[in-house]
Amino acid sequence: MSSRLLRRLPPFVLAALFLAGWQALHHSLPPGRRFLFPSLPQLGEAFQVHGPALLGAAGHTALASLGGFALAALVAAGASLLLASSTLVRQALYPYLMGLQMVPVIIVAPILILWVGPGAPSVIIVTFLITFFPLVVNTTQGLLSVEQAHLDLFRMGRAARWQELLLLRAPAALPYFFTGLRIAAILAPIGALTADYLVGSTSGGRSGLGITALLFSARNEIPGLYATAVVGCALGFVLVSAVSGLAWLALHRWHDSYSAEQIER
Amino acid sequence: MTPPPLIHCQALAKRFDTTGPAVLGPLSLTVAPGEFVSILGPSGCGKSTLLRLVSGLLAPSEGTLRVADRPPGELDDLAYVFQDATLLPWLRVAANVETLLRLRRVSTAERTRRRDAALGLVRLTEKARAYPRQLSGGQRMRVSLARALALEPRVLLLDEPFGALDEMTRDHLGEELLAIHARQAWTALFVTHSVAEAVFLSTRILVLAPHPGRIAHDLAVDLPYPRNHETRRAPDYLRLVADVSARLRAVEPAEDFAA
Repeated sequence: MSSRLLRRLPPFVLAALFLAGWQALHHSLPPGRRFLFPSLPQLGEAFQVHGPALLGAAGHTALASLGGFALAALVAAGASLLLASSTLVRQALYPYLMGLQMVPVIIVAPILILWVGPGAPSVIIVTFLITFFPLVVNTTQGLLSVEQAHLDLFRMGRAARWQELLLLRAPAALPYFFTGLRIAAILAPIGALTADYLVGSTSGGRSGLGITALLFSARNEIPGLYATAVVGCALGFVLVSAVSGLAWLALHRWHDSYSAEQIER
Repeated sequence: MTPPPLIHCQALAKRFDTTGPAVLGPLSLTVAPGEFVSILGPSGCGKSTLLRLVSGLLAPSEGTLRVADRPPGELDDLAYVFQDATLLPWLRVAANVETLLRLRRVSTAERTRRRDAALGLVRLTEKARAYPRQLSGGQRMRVSLARALALEPRVLLLDEPFGALDEMTRDHLGEELLAIHARQAWTALFVTHSVAEAVFLSTRILVLAPHPGRIAHDLAVDLPYPRNHETRRAPDYLRLVADVSARLRAVEPAEDFAA
């Protein structure tokens, strides 16, 4: 076997071990309690039975998490530029930003339902609230973490403030921005799912994974719940992979985190 | 008739703490167009401070300083080469060379012309599309030099630009710098720790003494041009290096050798 193939093998071996372990765990439980941890065939059956419903719900949750995520990224980019522009602005606004993150979603939920009603807009707002903070904190940090020598260069070049911000600080902040995006990408589907649970639309065909889980739970359909969890995870993986791809596109040519030695290791 | 001075300071002094002692000066200095002036001196003698004052990055505390008969910092054709290459890692070599021109809103056609000329001068035309991290330390420094030369400067300030490089690269870059100087008419202020480099490159050497920084020696270097690797073995060159080294040693504060 070629060494290259050998190097690709470990993840697959691990996946096989994981599935075998799952199955073993199911069988290790006393028969009366096995329903709490469905076997792989039971899970497969759940996917077969609820597949279309799960897929539809996943679509709604995916759209909502993407919407909240994109909105947060956009607003965070703008807010960071503002925050990086002066210490005064930063000191004045920071408590409010923290507040935004600290507001418990469970309390915001009923208020949101009163304001905008249950459904996608509410879910997007909650997802935005959850993903905004790591984005704005990371990006602002990036905008402020510019080498003194580069600042001197721009001052020598008699750069205007906006030139310094857009031509120096913004590109230097890109790696930080993508770190924020990665964290937000993990939080967004969880946020959207939770939001759907709390403020999602319950009318037929428009609910997301949160409402789906709620229904499975009410009907005691344990394999269905597990299947929902798996779909939720998959959503997160897709979003994180997409962000990693974007980060690669933006950074691999110049940033040290993508240098040849890093890849060799 | 001697040409009017390009850099002129009179009783120039800098203190970082308004009540504290001056770190530099008061000193007076006149540099004529086309001169290549090296500044030598022990650490803390204010070499870099002097350069930063001339560049306009720092404001003088006392005295007058005029560059091309204007206050420093108002001059468009003054370029600064830093100790590190300070290239922007996200830009290709070509765009890095254009950075300062872009800040000055130079037109695209003019930018391209000056960029290509500058890259040609440092012999890196074939690296135009590379990113800084793909270059060696010496190549990065040459790009940094090209970025400064693209401004078509009248005054070129160099703050230990070859300090972080190995000796071979350093010698080569020195020779290249001289060759470019022979073709262009800029005036150089060159801060360095290397006596040999200073003697090789300069028409004039200033030896600064510390506490406060002041000019201890102002020496003309009258070695013939063109200077090349042969120059480094010439008796006159070696004698000058020995002489300047001795003078430099004499101004070093004694406590630096106590240990």
